[in-house]
Amino acid sequence: MLGFLFRRLGDIIPTFFGVTLLVFFLIRLIPGDPILMLAGERGVDAERYAELQAQYGFDQPIIVQYFDYLVGVFQGDLGKSFVTKRPVLDEFLTLFPATVELAIMGILFAVILGVPFGVLAAIHRGKWIDHLTMSLSLTGYSMPIFWWALLLIMFFSTTLGWTPVSGRISVMFFFEPVTGFMLIDSLLSGEKGAFSSAVSHLILPTVALGTIPMAVIARMTRSSMLEVLGEEYIRVARAKGLAPIRVIMVHALRNALIPVITVIGLQVGVLLAGAILTETIFSWPGIGKWIIEAMNRRDYPTIQGGILMIAFLVMAVNLIVDLLYGVVNPRIRHKR
Amino acid sequence: MKANLVKVALGAGLLAATALAAPTAASAKTLVYCSEGSPEGFNPSLYTAGTTFDASSRQVFNRLVQFKRGTTTIVPGLATSWDVSADGLEYTFNLRKGVKFHTTEDFTPTRDFNADDVIFTFMRQFDKEHPYHGVSGGSYEYFNGMSMPDLIKDIVKVDDYTVKFVLNRPEAPFIANMAMDFASVLSAEYADAMMEAGTPENVDLNPVGTGPFQLVAYQKDAVIRYKAFPEYWEGKAAIDNLIFAITPDSTVRYQKLKAGECHVMPYPNPADLEEMDADADVNLLSQEGLNVGYLGYNTEKEPFTDPKVRKALNMAINKDAIIEGVYQGAGSAAKNPIPPTIWSYNNDTVDDPYDPEAAKAMLAEAGYPDGFTTDIWAMPVQRPYNPNARRMAELIQADWAAIGVNAEIVSYEWGEYLDRTKKGEQGTFMLGWTGDNGDPDNFLAVLLGCDGVGGSNRARFCNDEFEQLIQQAKTTSDVLERTRLYEEAQLVFKREAPWATIAHSIVFEPVRNEVVDYKIDPFGGHIFYGVDLAE
Repeated sequence: MLGFLFRRLGDIIPTFFGVTLLVFFLIRLIPGDPILMLAGERGVDAERYAELQAQYGFDQPIIVQYFDYLVGVFQGDLGKSFVTKRPVLDEFLTLFPATVELAIMGILFAVILGVPFGVLAAIHRGKWIDHLTMSLSLTGYSMPIFWWALLLIMFFSTTLGWTPVSGRISVMFFFEPVTGFMLIDSLLSGEKGAFSSAVSHLILPTVALGTIPMAVIARMTRSSMLEVLGEEYIRVARAKGLAPIRVIMVHALRNALIPVITVIGLQVGVLLAGAILTETIFSWPGIGKWIIEAMNRRDYPTIQGGILMIAFLVMAVNLIVDLLYGVVNPRIRHKR
Repeated sequence: MKANLVKVALGAGLLAATALAAPTAASAKTLVYCSEGSPEGFNPSLYTAGTTFDASSRQVFNRLVQFKRGTTTIVPGLATSWDVSADGLEYTFNLRKGVKFHTTEDFTPTRDFNADDVIFTFMRQFDKEHPYHGVSGGSYEYFNGMSMPDLIKDIVKVDDYTVKFVLNRPEAPFIANMAMDFASVLSAEYADAMMEAGTPENVDLNPVGTGPFQLVAYQKDAVIRYKAFPEYWEGKAAIDNLIFAITPDSTVRYQKLKAGECHVMPYPNPADLEEMDADADVNLLSQEGLNVGYLGYNTEKEPFTDPKVRKALNMAINKDAIIEGVYQGAGSAAKNPIPPTIWSYNNDTVDDPYDPEAAKAMLAEAGYPDGFTTDIWAMPVQRPYNPNARRMAELIQADWAAIGVNAEIVSYEWGEYLDRTKKGEQGTFMLGWTGDNGDPDNFLAVLLGCDGVGGSNRARFCNDEFEQLIQQAKTTSDVLERTRLYEEAQLVFKREAPWATIAHSIVFEPVRNEVVDYKIDPFGGHIFYGVDLAE
């Protein structure tokens, strides 16, 4: 097992270097000098330009800049934002919990609705329920997130007044973040109504973000379920006279879910991409919006740091998943 | 039955959630402003974005002199009066007594505002050896951009309530510069305390000012909270709490305004204006912006060296079609290089009429009966003074084609665009300007003065008569005399036509009906002192 762990760790190190290299050089290939961008119409004179170049380290050869950056990264220093002059890591850590909270809610929404929809459609194959759920899921899948989100806001918030328009909690509540997760912090705050305010603020972003993964999961569940329902052992179970609900929930669904779980895992990436749009529309203070803004301003340290952190987390999650596979299935552990 | 119960419980939960979403604040008046983004920081001298100024200088700080709310008129601020020496080289400010600084968690002021605070504020930016100069990145773009390092010779504390600025040359717009955001006065005592504590950057993150509101808390990309400063020298603000709910999407901002989640919002989406105007709960305010969008000619490049050619091209442009198609009505045709909200705007200027026939004749007169080929540079970005440069370029291209001038549209990435136009690679180009200090010099000298060639004067226009007028206006502090000189300069500008002046954008700000006495700031700021909420 230890050998397996070291092998996997050995894979991670070159990947990590690759990411730093790619991120560092690719963003420098995007046209646009951060200093000129910052100065705008007013411009800077040559002397001031040179001063700023020196300040940002742009006067050094690019290899030296990269090396300095790498040394910083290994000391846990991702640099300071050109714009806010704050350490990138601090900003990331403040904003990241908001993204995670939204992503977790999004995936829960997708699974809780997607799986039953898929099962229902499979059992009633070819009937109206099947057609209805599948065309709904196709619609959900095809809907551009920002348009869907605006539609939700206009209907549920402005017209019906059921949910707040945007933000994480009503601005009238004020408490210092403890965990960064609003649902937990609002409970910890002990303020009356804070938790329900946080919940009501989560509803629309969750729906907007979870719709596409939900559609994918529903379709995947349906086809996987159909396959399993055709298996011999299901027929045997039915022939033995087991209750139909038991056949479906215990014998069929458990096996049908294996490929679905893989898809759910893959949807995490989709969620992070969708978070960028969802966060902008719902004024959700997460990392998606933060990185986009940094891109627009050519804030190199923030872009580099943000992408590196995300890549690092994805690699870490992958490592954990691989290790878990290894625990579950000895064949994977021993394969070279 | 079970399913029904679940439904009822869910419904009740949802209702409870919405009902409790906003707790009833006892009797405190809280104004919520749906701002468009996060500030870069809270020290206005370090940054250049309006969003940052809204969050810092315009609520938390004061300056020696200030703009009267809603105007470009300069009024006393932390200085009660000022004297200018006869040679225009010395500005002596008499400071206000009894002005208090905010008390925060980290800092309790032991003294009132005095000359030391003024010296600290400006020396930090001016003196490269100052212990605070390099703190928080130490780049003072506006202080540099307004040429303050070349202009200021010395800053002297005469006594506790008198400060003298000694200049290298007479410069009448200096007083307007002192009203700009970068000139916001910080507490020297707080700075000393933070330096001693080893956390000097706190001065820029947790601001201590003399302004009407003090910062309570800031959560990046989410919310900024202020409370009214009870000891404010002009009297406590009418509202008790001020909250910036950061909402980057303009359509969502409007939905929040409609739902009553905020009272004031900036930068509405042009497509929403009609609906806002018809909305009974919303009061749509509007005013011409302190800006100008223009098409400039590279006056050093053939055939644009000839004023006749420039004039002919001006006459070929259908400005009304541009206002309609590009500004979607949110703009007014410009005839002068300065906007009408700036003093000395010359209303007697006659704009070039839209007359393709006359344009063609004038072009023939200049020696181009068959027209010529040139380029139009279009900016790649959206700016307040030009919401869609590409579209504008296409309209002008078509207008010019009608008189035989074939223009190719050229565009570069923004930084590159600015750099290349500075070097004069373009034939004709689009750009614009938003005023910094409300002084005509800030437009006329910066954009059209001989010193600006190779810099912000991208038309490379250098006309002796014009230059003499604006230089003379710089050195006299008599406003009437300056007005006369600038009015004349605008006539020279119109005759020489280095630009086709296109439009001044119109700024719209929807506010809810319960907001009392909100005024649009000509500088594009959002100022909440003086604003009240009706019960």
